[in-house]
Amino acid sequence: MLNQLFPNVDWGKMLDATYETVYMTAVATVITFILGILIGIVLFLTSDNQLWANKIVHFLTGSLVNIFRSIPFIVLIILLIPFTKFLLGTIRGANAALPALIIGAAPFYARMVLIALREIDKGVIEAARSMGAKTSTIIWKVLIPESLPALISGITVTAVALVGYTAMAGIIGAGGLGNLAFLDGFQRNRTDVTLMATVLILVVVFIIQYIGDFITVKVDKR
Amino acid sequence: MIDIQNITKVYNTKNGELTAVDNVSLSIKKGEIYGIIGYSGAGKSTMIRLLNGLEKPSTGSVIVGGQDISKASGAKLREARQKISMIFQHFNLLWSRTVEENIAFPLEIAGVSKTQREKRVEELIELVGLKGRGKAYPSQLSGGQKQRVGIARALANNPEVLLCDEATSALDPETTDSILELLLDINKKIGLTIVLITHEMHVIRKICNRVAVMEEGKVVEQGDVLQVFQNPQAPITKNFVSQASGETQEMQASLEQILANYPAGKIAKLTFAEATTEQPVISQMIKQFDVVVNIVHGKISNTTGGSFGTLFIHIDGEQHEVEKALNFLTKQEIQTEVIEHA
Repeated sequence: MLNQLFPNVDWGKMLDATYETVYMTAVATVITFILGILIGIVLFLTSDNQLWANKIVHFLTGSLVNIFRSIPFIVLIILLIPFTKFLLGTIRGANAALPALIIGAAPFYARMVLIALREIDKGVIEAARSMGAKTSTIIWKVLIPESLPALISGITVTAVALVGYTAMAGIIGAGGLGNLAFLDGFQRNRTDVTLMATVLILVVVFIIQYIGDFITVKVDKR
Repeated sequence: MIDIQNITKVYNTKNGELTAVDNVSLSIKKGEIYGIIGYSGAGKSTMIRLLNGLEKPSTGSVIVGGQDISKASGAKLREARQKISMIFQHFNLLWSRTVEENIAFPLEIAGVSKTQREKRVEELIELVGLKGRGKAYPSQLSGGQKQRVGIARALANNPEVLLCDEATSALDPETTDSILELLLDINKKIGLTIVLITHEMHVIRKICNRVAVMEEGKVVEQGDVLQVFQNPQAPITKNFVSQASGETQEMQASLEQILANYPAGKIAKLTFAEATTEQPVISQMIKQFDVVVNIVHGKISNTTGGSFGTLFIHIDGEQHEVEKALNFLTKQEIQTEVIEHA
């Protein structure tokens, strides 16, 4: 039945491609999460009236974030080819897509982290300071827990965007469902392959969104 | 306990310099409840934040428990803050933590072990009357309960001073009273020094021993609460006192009405202190002088230092009889103030 509807689909290949997409998305999401929170916290704490208020650092970090956020992803991949080659020795395979995915997504997520942190009640930070908390304590025990729902829903949005990025990363031979849809589907004129790859990408996106929403609700005690 | 010497705090704003606190000196004794009252923008918020170093004075010094808070920084300041805790108008609890975890937070900061923390948290929950609510999240509590958590959290590290930043301003009158009673209770039980800022004279009357009135960054009046209530000097203090004695605009209007209807008579505001509250002065006055008296408004207020009453009466009769009657009242050590225009 399925084979009649999708006569050209090679299920083994489809499974491998799905795995590659999930792998690239998962690794990139985890590293983006950490890096984005790091950059976001620096942005937040160096802004005016905050603990590390510092106009220069804030401006430089903010500019860097804006630059990388503004470069279209497809251009970023090409620009990063020499860097990837230097880092991994190759520009092929799922791992080769990771530097571009992370550098593309982390600044985007850092902005969302900044927004999330700004939403925290200033009074709560003041209360922690009044108790004699160190900045590290404030980061770990106030900033991150108090903004967690926004941090989670932000990383969910970012992860969904990353699924799209992995499809583009297929251009440099990273594999994945996007690559399969383009090479096997579009270029060989096999619409059923493109369609099946699309369905699987949608399934991946829906699962990510579902997990994200579930955790967001779970951690939100407001 | 707390010695504030000539502090001034100037902010640089876009519209130029703003002096929030202007050359203020105060001295607060150990174990007393000291109130600072003022309208918003009077500088009292800045004032209370100078006491735990959340704000640094531009000039002057703040000595708390022998340590100069205005000069302290880093680890020294953080350590000092564990002994100067604070509660807030909007409670400022961590929503991500349960009641227990919120109370444990300052203990975590102080590096108290887990078993010790659990024991202390249990004591504190009991102390503030939240037994059985330990596992609840702040979002499941009422305003009064949230402030109780705030108080428990503030007491966790056995502080020497408790700063209350408009702690009851977001609560309804009944809850306000229960929180004030809790603070008074703690003050008596463990001899905690409490400094509070408020814009409600009711709060000052209810629990404070001494009060400072702030206006435009300056302390315009200070002294024992009872004394300030009986004999306010500055116009702003008079305002606050009449607000606390229930002298509403409505009453002002009816006084105006009486003055218009009986141009011959006089309206007098009598303030009774301690002993005179129990004397039947009005009936004595009526017996001795040929006057008729109409009671317009009366109220007795309690402060921690004693009670005092205010009474508004309308006296009518021959002019010299009215004069004599008023003289009589003054002789009875009753503060008498004739109101010409309400």
